[in-house]
Parts: sequence; C-alpha cells; structure tokens
Amino acid sequence: MTDMLTIEIDGRACEAVPGEMIIAVADREGIAIPRFCYHKKLSIVANCRMCLVEAEQGGRPFPKPVPACATPVGPCMKVLTRSPKAIEAQQGTMEFLLINHPLDCPICDQGGECELQDLAMGYGGDHSRYAESKRVVTDEDFGPLIDTEMTRCIHCTRCVRFGAEIAGLRELGATGRGENLRIGTFVAHALAHELSGNIIDLCPVGALTSKPYRFTARAWELTDAPAIAPHDGVGANLMLHVRRGQVMRVHPRDNEAVNESWIADRDRFSYVSLNGPDRLTEPLVKRDGAWVAVESIEALALVAQRLKAADPATTGWLIAPNATLEEMYLAQALARGLNCANIDHRLRQRDFRGDGADPRLPWLGVPIADLAIQRSVLLIGSDIRQEQPLLAHRLRQAALAGGSLALVNPYRLDLTHPAGQLVGGPAGMLDDLAAIAKALGEGRSGALKGIIARAAPTAEHQAVADSLKSAGTNGAGLLLLGALAAAHPDYSLLKALAYRVAAAAGCRVGYLPAAANSVGAGLAGVLPQVLPGGRSADPVGLSVAEILAAPCRTLVLWGLEPAYDLGNPAQAMDALAQADFVVAASAFRCPSLESVAQVLLPIGAFAETSGTFVNASGTWQDFQGAVAPPGAARPGWKVLRVLGNMMDLKGFNYLDTAAIRSELAALCVAAGLDNRPAADFAGEPRGVGEGLIRIGNVPTYALDALVRRSPPLQRTSTTGTFGAYLNAGQAADLGLAADDAVAVSQQGVAVHTRVLIDERVPAGCVRIPAGVPGSEFLGDQIAPVSIRREE
Amino acid sequence: MSFRNTPLAVVHDRDKSTLLTPAIRAVIDAHAAKYPLEWKQSAVMPALTLVQDSNGGWLSRELMDEVAAYLDMPAVAVYEVASFYGMYDLAPTAAHKVCICNSISCLLNGSEDLIHHVEHRYQVKPGETTADGRFTFKEVECLGACRDAPAVLIDKTYHERLSAQDLDRLIEGLQ
Repeated sequence: MTDMLTIEIDGRACEAVPGEMIIAVADREGIAIPRFCYHKKLSIVANCRMCLVEAEQGGRPFPKPVPACATPVGPCMKVLTRSPKAIEAQQGTMEFLLINHPLDCPICDQGGECELQDLAMGYGGDHSRYAESKRVVTDEDFGPLIDTEMTRCIHCTRCVRFGAEIAGLRELGATGRGENLRIGTFVAHALAHELSGNIIDLCPVGALTSKPYRFTARAWELTDAPAIAPHDGVGANLMLHVRRGQVMRVHPRDNEAVNESWIADRDRFSYVSLNGPDRLTEPLVKRDGAWVAVESIEALALVAQRLKAADPATTGWLIAPNATLEEMYLAQALARGLNCANIDHRLRQRDFRGDGADPRLPWLGVPIADLAIQRSVLLIGSDIRQEQPLLAHRLRQAALAGGSLALVNPYRLDLTHPAGQLVGGPAGMLDDLAAIAKALGEGRSGALKGIIARAAPTAEHQAVADSLKSAGTNGAGLLLLGALAAAHPDYSLLKALAYRVAAAAGCRVGYLPAAANSVGAGLAGVLPQVLPGGRSADPVGLSVAEILAAPCRTLVLWGLEPAYDLGNPAQAMDALAQADFVVAASAFRCPSLESVAQVLLPIGAFAETSGTFVNASGTWQDFQGAVAPPGAARPGWKVLRVLGNMMDLKGFNYLDTAAIRSELAALCVAAGLDNRPAADFAGEPRGVGEGLIRIGNVPTYALDALVRRSPPLQRTSTTGTFGAYLNAGQAADLGLAADDAVAVSQQGVAVHTRVLIDERVPAGCVRIPAGVPGSEFLGDQIAPVSIRREE
Repeated sequence: MSFRNTPLAVVHDRDKSTLLTPAIRAVIDAHAAKYPLEWKQSAVMPALTLVQDSNGGWLSRELMDEVAAYLDMPAVAVYEVASFYGMYDLAPTAAHKVCICNSISCLLNGSEDLIHHVEHRYQVKPGETTADGRFTFKEVECLGACRDAPAVLIDKTYHERLSAQDLDRLIEGLQ
C-alpha cells in the first residue's frame, strides 16, 4: 500500500497505517510496551498511563513521555520504549499504581498470571516509599459467576468498556472521585448478561475472578489444552486449563473468524458439570427392573446382538446435535449398515414436510465474521441472545454500524441495540412474513399465493421489505431462521416464505444451527434423507417425529436426555416406554433415561473425547481430548467402533478420529454448503391451534445436558425459570395474577406451576420454557394449552 | 469515558410523561435542545441540578433513575456523574450547605484553618449536618476561585477571602 508510513521504534523500522496508535504497531512488531487499560477490542481511554514512551516527530521531541496507546503514528516518528526517560515514566506510574494495591498475591487467584504482578517485577521497586494507610473497597456481589476483590482494582476500566461496547449493557461504572473512585454497579445487583464472564479475562489484576474456580488451583499447576465449545453454532475456540486429569477452568482463544476474543458464559462455565456427581461411569443393564453394572464388553455385546436382531424398519436412531462429527458419521454408518435409514438429529423440529425441499447442507449462509457487515438482517423465530450469544454480538455490531435488524418472533426480546420487532405470537409469524413478502410485490402466483394475498402489510412491514431490498441489491441482506422457527408447527411454510422474501429482495437465507454440530450432522448424513457428503438417501428414512410417533420398537439415543432434549417430551417418553429395547449412550445419569432405557453406555463428554465440530459457517474445527473420561466411560467414537466390529460391519477399523474425519472429508470434497432449496416448499398452513398458545422457548442454560448440570449457570438470574409467563392483560383476562398457582394442561397432561408476569409475551400466548425441570411432562413447544387457577 | 459507540443510548420502557414533573421536563428539554439529538444525555448535569433543587437539596436513587430514563441513558452513567461532582448530594442534607474548598490555593491561604474552625465550633465533620440541623458542612474540591482564596460556597453564593469570623457571621445569618 502506498499510504503506509514508516516509523522507528527502538531503532527498528516499522510499517504503520496512518492514524494507527504506537502500541498497535509495537504489538505487531513484537515490541513489548507495558499496559493495563489498552485492549485491542475496546476503545482507548489512556487512563492507566503505564504505556508511556519517549517519542519524537520530524526531529522534534515531544516535551514529555506520551501514552503509546493514545498517540497516533506520524511521518518520521521515532519512539523509544526503553530509554531512561521512558523507563523512569513507567516506573513512576507503577509506583503510583502500587500505592493502593494490596500485597496479597499469595492469596490472590490471579497470582502467577497477573499483568500487574508481571509488570511490577519489571518496573516496580523492591520497597515502597508509601507509608500511609491503603484504601479498602467494599466488595459487591456480581452473581454466581464472577467474584470480586475490588481493593485490588487499578481502575483500568476495561470491564466498564466491555459492558458498554461489547455486551451493550452498561451495568458497571466508575463512581466516586479521586481516592473514592470505585468500579461497581453502585446499586448492587448481579450482572445479567450472557457474555459477562469475559470481564474475568479482561481484568489485568485479581479484582474480577471466576467464582467457580476460586481458590481451587494455582495458575502454574495448570496445563493448557485447546478445545472447541460444544454448545451453540459458533464453536468458540477455548483453552481448557487442566490439573491432574480434571478441567479446572475455561478461557477463550482468540480467533477473529469465529469468536474474536470472547466466549459466552455457558462456554466458560459448563465445564463444572464434568466434575459433577451424576456422571455415568460404568455400563448399566436393566435386569428385572433394576440397574446392574456390567463389564463394557458384556453391555456392548448385548447392544450389538439386540440391534442386529431388530427389524431395521422399526429401529430409530436419535443423535444429539452436539455429538462430534466422528460419532455422527459412525452412528449413521452403523444404522445404515444395519439397513436402517431412520436416523435424525433435529430433535426439536416439529414440521418435517419440508424435508424434500430442504437444502441438503444448510448453514449460516455467510461466514460468521460477515454477520457484522450485513446491511439488513431479518431474524425469524430466534431468541438470538439466548440461542447464539456470540452471533447476537456480531449482529449487534452490524446494527451499530448502521445496519437494520428486524425480527419476526413469537415474543419480544430484550435487545441491546436498535431493532424492529414484529411480535405477533406463533401464528403472527406467518402473517408477518407473508406481509413482508407482499410488500415486496410477491404473491401473485405460486404455492403461497393464498397466504400472501391474505396478508395486510403495514408501514412496519414495508420498512423491513424496503431495507431488505436495498441491502439485497448490495449483496448484504440476510434472513436467518432460528430455533423458535424450527419448533414451529408450520416450519416448512416459514421456510417457504423466507425463501420467497429472500428471492424478491435479493437476500440470502441462513439457518442458525441448533447446536455445536448441527451443520456437521448434515455433512455426516445424520438425516433420514441425506447421506454423508450431502448425497440424497434412497430410501428415505423416518424423521424424529415419525420415529417417536410410529413408535419404533428399538431405539438408540445418543447423548440426549429424552425429557429435556426433544420437542415433545411427553410423547417421546411414552414412545420410549413402549419400545422393546432402548439403548442410550450418555455422559450423565438422568432419571428420564433410566426410566425408559434397557442399557446405558457411558461415553466421554466435551473435553473427554477427540473429534470435530463444524460450526455455523461450515468451519471444521477439530480438537483432542483434554482429560480421560471417568471410570469405564469411553470416547463415543470408540464405543461405536467396537459395536461396528461386533456386528461384523465392514470398515470399522479406525485408529483415531483423524482417520474417520479424513474419510468423511473425502466424501465432502464436492459437497459445498448451500442453502438453495432442493425443491419448492409446498403445503398449507396447519395452524398453531385454537385458544391460548404455549411458546416453549429453550432458555440459554437449558440447551444441553452439560449446561443443565452446571450449578453456577443454573444459579444465574438469566436462567429461564419454569413458569407460565403471561402479560398482565392476558393474565387478567384469565382471572390470574402474578404468583398464582396454576395447573397448565397440554395434550392431556397437567403440570403445576406459577404465573409470572412478562410484558414481552403477546396476548393470546403464554411462554412456558422447554428443556427445564417442570417442562418434561408437557408436549410440543408451540401448541395450545389451558391454564386453570389452583387454590 | 469516551466509548467506541458513544452515545450509548438505552431504551427504558418507562412512560416519559410520568417521569419527574412537567416543569422540570420542560427545562431539561430546553437544555437538551442545545445538543445534537443523539447527545441529549449531555443535559444530565443541569437535569440533576434541577431535580436536586426540587427535592430539598439531595438526589435519591429513584430520582437518578428517572433522569436516566428521561435522557435514555444507562442508570449507572447517571450515578457516575452524581457521585463524581461535589455539588450533588446522595443523602438528605440540611436546607443550607456550607462548602469549604480544600484544593491547593485555598489550602495555602488558610482554608484548612477554616475547616478546623467549623469542625470545632459547630461540632460537625465534613459530610455531616449540624446537630441543630442548620447546615450541612462539606469539604469540596477546587471551586475555581483561586484568585481570592480561601473560598467558601454557601448554597449558591461564593464568599471569598474569608476569615473564621467572617464565616461565623455568614453562618449566623443562615435561617
């Protein structure tokens, strides 16, 4: 580039972009400048003064040392970071910082990995000239995830800026003045943001530390092991810190294309459940209604014999969408090796009429990083902050950069950026999409003619349509379908309408994956209509709904809890109870599995197996096991390999997951991720039903077995407590008030809970979370319910 | 603090017409009109002053929250401003406030003696109200009247080059 300029840092010539700060150039060149408040992802405040350097420009020295983080480079600039003047300034700053800092490194969790400690070694004196008393700051309770020791705070304000700039929820502030300045919420409340744990990493001292990890290990006892987060479709890059075969804590790894420098709280704190009490540690077989621990070989031989003997037409395989790619590939190879095509991972999907038209390999539609440069995004049926915290962050960046964001959702969301929210309950989602399609001039022909013709676009719909159209002409428009759309009884129609809107506006369609490896499940062929590599299956097997509705006589449950991970747990538990043989591979013991299964096979959870996750944008990210699975549990792929060999199936001789991965990768060479539909979506709306409609969202800490068992996550205030959430008007219409005890009946089953008032829920609807304790006896996530007051 | 995405607007779901009083809202609007539309939170200081004056000289958390909601700003940003500046009080005060400057020029010209004098004569520590409730005594940072140090701010009036006797007379005059 011609407009680059050259500056000199410590005698080294460095290329720099005009306007860049000295510290950014130095970081790129590997020249160390001490700092506390500067962070590459946050705004510049220059308030710690630790990065003072000596500089001159055009032969004229700056009169005093300048902060490298806030001084832009200029032509003919010379910077000295280690000159006597610079070092004197840095030492002076350090002396001031240490005035009020307690000398409690031996009992501080940050000790050994503390930026202040490290820099004090380099720049601090060996004795203090300060003889007066030090200040003490009262601690605040930030909730179950973050522990505070605010006396240690050096006021770098990284945590405050993170809240304002990244989280979008400014809960922390610097109140008071001078010596009374302190960082806190001022009014004492727990932090309630799904990314709040990142301030633990940002804090350069021990003021903010991890509560679950507190006082359990020292930094120098830990070894690093890279990993990939097993929850949402981002596949955040993690660094596990391991001691004596136990994961002690989780930190992010920088990856600009995936998670930047951040991870969601559930990525950070779900590891706690690995060390929990209800791990499945030995194979269990049910004999005369009692669970008996057996040798692995005995349990596997029993499973192999029963699966081989079972009728493939009435056998079903349900695979959790956060299983590794290798487990998925082997599971479908086993199933198809036994001539069974009934395999699926879309556990919460309700409407499978679109299977024939679905894209073979659905994905996000754009690379994750490109979400932030979209000019117009329409989110359909997604509680985005709960479902995909880091994608919500990218979309927030798009909104702040001037992009427009619209949402068609069954209930209103709390967002931290401007967005147009079209909220009309589950039934209204179809109407809103149809209205947007009509506003784009669609609907004069085609299968959706009727529904689009009936729509009455308002100014709001027109505005969404216009913004999609103008973004679409620049190639920066996107429609995204989320988990609430997938659970909708008319999902295929939502998809059809989304494609119509996208076609009319020139936008792309993307799918928000339900879990860490949903995209991988398509590639691995864990779908009744798709073989590995995206080839069409023939014959087409049964989908989840058909497997459970038939119901199948023999079932394999891989990594899921039927009471919490399926769209209709009441029906699923019935179907499973009727089956002749249910084998479950699980990392955890779980009452719902124990009541329906005949054999439980212990498998390694996240961090205990090697494997691969394919994230929302189709990036294959492989990882190694960091710790050994407990007891007799084995990595899932090994269990499947043994089963394959016991059933005399060919090709189950893999030595490691890399061999499985490369075999699948060879099949996927020609298979590009592609969201174009394979055929036209057809069908008439089924309707969501009459009366009060349940909206069963899956709260962020109810996504999978791992997060459901993590005590710190379950204690947060963002946990979706089970209850009947109604708006005040609707509650009054039903003769109910807040905290009334009610019986909620759905599809013939009643559960007891309480009324909670939530104005975000529209009239005619009641939000009753799914995947949480209490919901296991209910039916479909979106369906009619009745509510009756109990005395 | 200048955030990368300033101004950080927060949408509060409170009906603005129920916040504060119509008269105060009108004055805040007049102040906010001096700034670009997206920067109306710049009016937070005059807004807090107004609200404090109408509340008997101090700001409750509820009032600060109302100001935050009215100006679409994070509540903690209002707490930051209110806790930083010496002229805002976050706890109930007496009807009068006697504020003695403790910064360098005043200190060199005898404000420390004034502070000690008030402490002894009226048996009150900085930040406290006298036993008879006549005034609240405050030690404040630079009042910007260094030329005529020592300076004392009584309610909204500056008094400069004060001796202890002058200050006593002024305090005697407070009702």
